[in-house]
Amino acid sequence: MSSANGFSIVGKRRVRVDALSKITGQTQFADDIALPRMLFCKLLRSSLPHAEIESIDVSAARDYPGVQLILTGQDFPVEYGILPVSQDERPLCRDKVRFVGDPVAAVIAGDEQTADEALGLIEVHYRPLPTIATVQEALKPTEAPLQEYAEEGNIHRRLAYSFGDVDEALENADYVFDDTFFYEGNTHLAMEQHAAVAAADPDGRVTLWSSTQCPHYVHRALAKALEMPAAHIRVIACPNGGGFGGKTDPFNHEIVVARASMMLGRPVKICLTREEVFYCHRGRHPVSMRLRTGVTRDGKLTGMHLQTLLDGGAYGSYGIASTFYTVALAPTTYHLPRYSFQAGRVFTNKPPCGPKRGHGTPQPRFGQEIQLDKIAEKLEMDPAQFRLGIVEKPDRLTANYLKIGTIGLAECIERVVDKSGWKSKHRKLPAGKGVGIACGAYMSGAGTAIYWNKMPHSGVQIKLDRSGAVTVYCGTAEVGQGSDDVLVGLVAEVLGLEPIDIKCVTGDTDLTPVDLGSYSSRVTLMMGNAAIQAAERARALIAEALAERLETPVDHLEFAEGRVFNVADPTGGMSFREAVICAEEKHGTLVSVGSYTPPHKAGKYPGAGVGPSPTYSYSAAVVEVEVDSATGFIEISRVTIAHDVGRSLNPVLVEGQVIGGVYMGIGEALMEEHTTRRLAPKLSDALLHRNPSMLDYKSLTMHDMPEVQVEIVEHPDPNGPFGAKEAGQGPLLPIMPAIANAVYDAVGVRIDELPITPDKVLKALKLKAGGREARIGPKSFPQIDWPEPVFVLPPWEGGDGTASNKPERKRAAKMHAMDKVITP
Amino acid sequence: MMRLPPFRFHAPETLEEAAAILADKGSDAMILAGGTDLLPNMKRGQHTPKHLLTLRRISSLRDVRNGSGLSIGAGLTLTQLLSNQTIRKDYTALWQAAKVVATPQLRNMATLGGNICLDTRCNFYDQSKEWRKAINYCLKKDGDTCWVATSSKTCLAVSSTDTAPALVALGARIRLVSSAGERVIRLEDFYNNDGLDYLNRRADEILSEVILEPVSGWKSTYWKLRRRGSFDFPVLAVAVAVKFTDDGTVEDARIVLGAVASMPMLSTDAAEFLIGKKIDDEVIRETGRIAAKIARPVNNTDLDPPWRKKVIPEFIRYALREVRGDDISSLRQRVAHQSRS
Repeated sequence: MSSANGFSIVGKRRVRVDALSKITGQTQFADDIALPRMLFCKLLRSSLPHAEIESIDVSAARDYPGVQLILTGQDFPVEYGILPVSQDERPLCRDKVRFVGDPVAAVIAGDEQTADEALGLIEVHYRPLPTIATVQEALKPTEAPLQEYAEEGNIHRRLAYSFGDVDEALENADYVFDDTFFYEGNTHLAMEQHAAVAAADPDGRVTLWSSTQCPHYVHRALAKALEMPAAHIRVIACPNGGGFGGKTDPFNHEIVVARASMMLGRPVKICLTREEVFYCHRGRHPVSMRLRTGVTRDGKLTGMHLQTLLDGGAYGSYGIASTFYTVALAPTTYHLPRYSFQAGRVFTNKPPCGPKRGHGTPQPRFGQEIQLDKIAEKLEMDPAQFRLGIVEKPDRLTANYLKIGTIGLAECIERVVDKSGWKSKHRKLPAGKGVGIACGAYMSGAGTAIYWNKMPHSGVQIKLDRSGAVTVYCGTAEVGQGSDDVLVGLVAEVLGLEPIDIKCVTGDTDLTPVDLGSYSSRVTLMMGNAAIQAAERARALIAEALAERLETPVDHLEFAEGRVFNVADPTGGMSFREAVICAEEKHGTLVSVGSYTPPHKAGKYPGAGVGPSPTYSYSAAVVEVEVDSATGFIEISRVTIAHDVGRSLNPVLVEGQVIGGVYMGIGEALMEEHTTRRLAPKLSDALLHRNPSMLDYKSLTMHDMPEVQVEIVEHPDPNGPFGAKEAGQGPLLPIMPAIANAVYDAVGVRIDELPITPDKVLKALKLKAGGREARIGPKSFPQIDWPEPVFVLPPWEGGDGTASNKPERKRAAKMHAMDKVITP
Repeated sequence: MMRLPPFRFHAPETLEEAAAILADKGSDAMILAGGTDLLPNMKRGQHTPKHLLTLRRISSLRDVRNGSGLSIGAGLTLTQLLSNQTIRKDYTALWQAAKVVATPQLRNMATLGGNICLDTRCNFYDQSKEWRKAINYCLKKDGDTCWVATSSKTCLAVSSTDTAPALVALGARIRLVSSAGERVIRLEDFYNNDGLDYLNRRADEILSEVILEPVSGWKSTYWKLRRRGSFDFPVLAVAVAVKFTDDGTVEDARIVLGAVASMPMLSTDAAEFLIGKKIDDEVIRETGRIAAKIARPVNNTDLDPPWRKKVIPEFIRYALREVRGDDISSLRQRVAHQSRS
């Protein structure tokens, strides 16, 4: 029966549907798959950071006993890549290698050991090329860019936009805060290493099982790279042992095993080593930032100019989207009357960066939320109170034409202030102890697909039959986030069943309708809406048949507790199974479908497609720290976090996602560094990953986690399924700046770059003791020739979302006026 | 998955049998104790022994015997060692050190002997063969250059054992057995300050037991600096053992630093300074300064070397305060991420 919120399943604390098979080890991950006559693949990876491939001699490896096939770049003539504008990858490099770890050859053998041994017999002759290790090096003019299609030299892309006259807004402000920040790159570190198995069938079709978050995009990439019809390719996303964005690109190894299995007529498997996963990367971009923000004496923002520069690594990946995301979502939390940005991305000879939990937004959020802390101090305002005064209102457009739906940010702030004891702690704790607050927002799904199309973003199909069985089909990938549970839970809610009554089949391009994949926090909202529509249509089919049979008006029928009955006579009616039989008698074979397409974006300017979402989630966190002044060690004592999830479909899953975000955020804040090492230049050209292992790449373990108090805030959004928003990415965002702000409260030093390691704290404490500015962070933002900004008037200044100019994009235009101001 | 290179496996039942195999195979053989260090290293191609000799079946290597002091079989796992109440009570530093080695799962396999013989570690060495190929290898394995300090003629890989500094501070001796006989040496004499040739162990010798002296009047402690409380090798280890007279004067002292060189470093200067004094705050301050002089942290472990250098005297002082009897358990938790017992 319905509970207090009017739902029977939604909002109930439930054990997720896949919990038992996971905790008993029965879930079949990609590496668990073993097929008869299966072969194994290993990849030879470049040991040089940048070089031309002069020749590859595979003869000795081919003759090695047990080796079945060797593939090189010559076997893959077609390039691919996740974004239509960045088709810059090959399954195996053909002409050039661009980082240590770039794959150049594949060996397929009867067992992994043999394949590995044969790798050592392949001789590759390289002609080394100059290497680019840093953003500074990448900004220098070059005759031989790392990627030919880069906008200029090694600059992949530059963006400049202005929503209203920001110069004027800053001039009219009482104060202008000008701060620079740096956010180090880090990686996903999912527990499951990427694995894939391909099996060709005798008719020339191929099936790929893979640990991928986006079977649909892998499907498209395979069709392109293998030059065969997508209809002859089947991609099955196995349950992922975590993804966090690291499995959203189509990967070289997937294409390699697919081709190998077709050439050999036998299944071929690959499971990457942990080190290889570090080379796949696609993780958080290292980002340099500068924020100039105008503020009035009474604590209102007048405008902001944000500059970001991303170190992209060797390939495009999602990079252009990542670049947009470092600037697009900044105005979603607080009301910004005017906003402008300049964002750029460069290529370097390092593992390619891409999307990681929060995709491009944690970096500027880190800068902005620290800057707000500095502003509040200057204005002598409580930082929580200051934020409450500028929180954006619901149902509004932002300066850059993002449509805000419901916004529970104020309630999130109030809840963490209350539950953490903020008022008795901020600036009041003994020396060495401190609290910090910060906020964040995130999309519940991107409003536009990776490739432009007018079709739905998610489709759900439901099959019912006389057995009473309900099977739900959707192209989503269960990556550990609980999407299967959301899917089953929503259908159960609509049909009045229990989750155990419903089976789901997900992530199989042969069997399931297209869903774009488990990225950009889109699944609960998009799949959820499609599922509700499909379930309501199935219910309508049954209700129509039942209404006839029971001679009851359709709208008097209730589906609850596995039964269908007239609300006026709850003991009458029939079981759900009997009702389905009734419907099958009337309609014939039963199936229903639902689909979801996001609302149209409000912005009409070029580039307006990045940022819009059906709704945004909000988070606020208070972190309490203790800082040891002799060592600089930071101990997180407690985290209080509130998250506006719109509607909590299963609170157990929401809390799991929130705590997972906190966990990842603490790691990024305190220790994670995905960095490369150069050796003594006179002796070596080496440039390679510093620490590609789980021991040496430092990340938190469960043992290092502090107590986390989760407050679920619900501001249901009409665009969400029963009002739900995302929970997978947003809760990460406030953690890093909240920690930085807490460190300042504890010991009075500003660490404006991540990670906040003990040596930086100690250096800052020494500066403070010496009476100098107690800050560690970048002194300036790199000099770049930015293009003329696309100018768009904000909605409240008469703008209609179109650009009032059409600046040339390719040519480096004159510097934006604001850059003439000398960097502090 | 990373695979082990091929090898011939030997599983002798007795120490004599093991010693005979070693005498026969010489440097073609390596000893497998818990395997937590050796097996990952073999997968990375750091070692490719033709023969692997497990000590697992030799039960005498797990004996603990009380005599005038204590004899601990080298094959005792760290988990077994931690359950020994005599060690916990009397040889505090050793117990504390064993407690912070790796993780519970690894301690279930890892042995005391294995930890004493732990291969020296370096960020340029503890990498896969493919990674090391990309730097053209290094002095420790297959290469000519020490990438930590390119002018260095010796390998600077770091002694990263937790138990050895504690045992050196406790004045431990070890027994080495071979088919030619056996010898008992002081543990500090087992090591060389050379990351490549770091053990004075002949290829035919087996480390069979650790011998500890009686503890009357001695107090000891172990402090470990590392990034995470859950799972990390030390980037600094401080083991302090002090013998007090009844009035609290230092009669004897041994201060050992680990993970700051290729062997555990005993600071005789600091001990000499401490002997005959009472441990007041000023003495603690000065001892920290003196003892820290033997440390040479270089850029081949986790964390920033200048920072590591800076905190060394502090950690020595924490250890001294603790043996003096100060209750600094909350500080220990905060900076060393570990409880006292």
